[in-house]
Amino acid sequence: MSLLQKPWIWSWIGTLAVCLVIIGISGLGAGTQVLSAALSFGTFFVIVAIGQMFVVTLGPGNVDLSIPACMTLASTVAMKVMGGSSTMLLPGLLIAIAIGTIIGLLNFGLIRLLRIPPIIATLSSSFLFQSTAIWYNRGLRVKPPEPLADFATAKLAGVPLLAILVLVLTVIMHVILHHSLFGRAVLAVGQNSRAASLAGIKVERTRLLTYLTSAVLAAICGFFLAGFSGGAALNMGEEYLLMSIAVVVIGGTSVAGGFANLPGLWGASLFMFLLVTMLNTLGLSAGIRLILTGAIIVGVIAISGRRGRT
Amino acid sequence: MTDRSAIVRLNGIGKSFGAVQALRDVTFHVAPGECVGLVGHNGAGKSTLMNILSGVLSPDTGELLFGDQDLAARYSVAAAKQNGLRCVYQELSLCPNLSVAENARITHPTIRGIGWRRKAATLITTWLDRIFPGHGIGPGDIVGELSIARRQMVEIARAFSATQTPVRLVILDEPTSSLDKASADQLLSFVGRFTETGGSVILISHMLGEILDSADRIVVMRDGGVVAEDATAAFDRARLVREMGSVLAEDAATPTAQARRQTDRVIVLPGENGIPLEVFKGEIVGLAGIGGQGQTDALLTLFAAANGTRNHAEITTEAAFVAGDRQTDGVFPGWSIRRNISIASIRQMVQHWLIDARKELGLAQDWQTRIGIRTEDLSNPILSLSGGNQQKVLFARALGSPAPVVLMDDPMRGVDIGTKQDVYAILKDEAAQGRSFVWYTTEMDELKHCDFVYVFRGGQVVSGLPRHQVTEANILRASFDAAAAA
Repeated sequence: MSLLQKPWIWSWIGTLAVCLVIIGISGLGAGTQVLSAALSFGTFFVIVAIGQMFVVTLGPGNVDLSIPACMTLASTVAMKVMGGSSTMLLPGLLIAIAIGTIIGLLNFGLIRLLRIPPIIATLSSSFLFQSTAIWYNRGLRVKPPEPLADFATAKLAGVPLLAILVLVLTVIMHVILHHSLFGRAVLAVGQNSRAASLAGIKVERTRLLTYLTSAVLAAICGFFLAGFSGGAALNMGEEYLLMSIAVVVIGGTSVAGGFANLPGLWGASLFMFLLVTMLNTLGLSAGIRLILTGAIIVGVIAISGRRGRT
Repeated sequence: MTDRSAIVRLNGIGKSFGAVQALRDVTFHVAPGECVGLVGHNGAGKSTLMNILSGVLSPDTGELLFGDQDLAARYSVAAAKQNGLRCVYQELSLCPNLSVAENARITHPTIRGIGWRRKAATLITTWLDRIFPGHGIGPGDIVGELSIARRQMVEIARAFSATQTPVRLVILDEPTSSLDKASADQLLSFVGRFTETGGSVILISHMLGEILDSADRIVVMRDGGVVAEDATAAFDRARLVREMGSVLAEDAATPTAQARRQTDRVIVLPGENGIPLEVFKGEIVGLAGIGGQGQTDALLTLFAAANGTRNHAEITTEAAFVAGDRQTDGVFPGWSIRRNISIASIRQMVQHWLIDARKELGLAQDWQTRIGIRTEDLSNPILSLSGGNQQKVLFARALGSPAPVVLMDDPMRGVDIGTKQDVYAILKDEAAQGRSFVWYTTEMDELKHCDFVYVFRGGQVVSGLPRHQVTEANILRASFDAAAAA
């Protein structure tokens, strides 16, 4: 398969194009700075998008809408427990992961036991988690321990440290998707769940693991985002709902299920951040910016969709 | 039946898919009032030719003549319909979420306005009654909830039903493969009546008996070309098989595990009326009866029990499943042939947490040669294969898995004679080595390969026949009259 037929290539072509425009407008120096910022923010998109990608790949109707609430709840509880103390760092991270695990189990429980469609199950559970976060902390912003803030904003030769770690995570998830039993099972269930079950795949176990992965990654993302942005806030997950889905789709993962790829998540995350930055740099009014954002996303998906078909 | 009066004539048709030449220089015609039988092995080009005739594919070369007009350049599905062509595809094309009447409406745009559902219902019921009297299908039934046999009946009835343009030629691609014997007979007798009134039919079937009984003229295809064409009287079974390019093995149905029904029982499915379904090690057990009498459900129950998700049955080992309804139950449409084969054995291929790609390819190559899957490259998508070859992939998937029990849900649909004989041989070989098979089939000939046959009726086992009692008469009696079988 040639490079142009890869489903993720279009998100990268888009990123490159936007990059060139930004450099053209503001020069190479400012362009590099923007790119570094894109890596910082894009990293958080990628973490949640990995989980969302696995969920979407399970097939039509599978989507995790509880990602923002999960991020908020996990980071709020973790920050409050740590209370700014650096000795509590590890317990704080473990608590965030534990909350992600519980949320994943709850989501799957609603889907499996009560037979609620995933889109409704995760939407309603997200109200539950969001309200819990409000009740728990009354909307106060708790500062993260200093080492966490330092870690989340640290740079290695100009590249955010977190971005490097998430890149490693992406490679691991790539291997899991394409070369492990779990990945093969997710792809099989997404294409034809009945055939998967008749071929001996444990369909429900696969779905459980997938929703679990998504919630745990969202919790981890919330934990580090709180460190990055100076604390957990109730609205911190807001843009991550649509962003996680947009990044997955622009990255070339099939909404119909059964096809997924990891490189596209990075391309799409950078693209989304740079696109907004570029429109800002052009000094356009808010209305025009939103219209152009929508139009460009539609354009990228239309092009990649046409090329992707064989 | 001269060429001049032909409804449609194909001249020098060629078609290739990439490097694969699917059709080369095919000349073919159909006259009014004629039933043309079309036979050939899987991948011989029958379905491709029919797809060209019905406007789904356009030919690379050649003419497509209606009267004196060559339509090859501007032919389409709509043009085919306008010329009175209808096609019943091997892969069913009904919308599963709609009712029978709503599906009928899709191909009849002239049914409209208030009460369209009622009009469509009347139309489809009329044709179902005409072709399959006693079909038991309601126009309001949701298609997805019907058995594959009933879906096939709806598909056939819909193809013959006419509103605006008269139906002149109906292509039946493996129409009887999903039907039981009684419904298949109803269809073939209707085909006779249809051709008597001047309609034409192209009948594609691997059941050579049906072709010899129903067709006026037979066309044999091999490797993308027509190799023989003659009036039916000029053919017999042996010649057909010879022209198709394989040797007819004598009915070499030799018993494998004769009367060894005492030790090594691997399956018991208790029956509510007293006859349990038992399977022993190394045995081929057939499930017979009219289609849709609970045979598939029994297989699914056994499969669930083997996977530990349900325990209505006792099964001591793992089980693999060969789907008959391959679109719904079998094929992973986005995957390569290799991945489609390896999926049931994937747990055995894991080394250090990862799937060993070499082992996976080895398994696929092994079974490609053993069962003869026609492809140059196992990383081609499975949908690049013809229907019969896809079915071979499903066999390879189950037989290649380590499961000691293989459950087969009428798996020979659309499979040609040569392959069937290869598969029978593999089954016997595997049974001799201790594998057990539970085989639901609607074909009498296949039951002769079984060591023991259970006949189903109304969701129950009504009779268990050891090998020497497996005759068509015994099975029919048990299928229709539970009392006589007891």
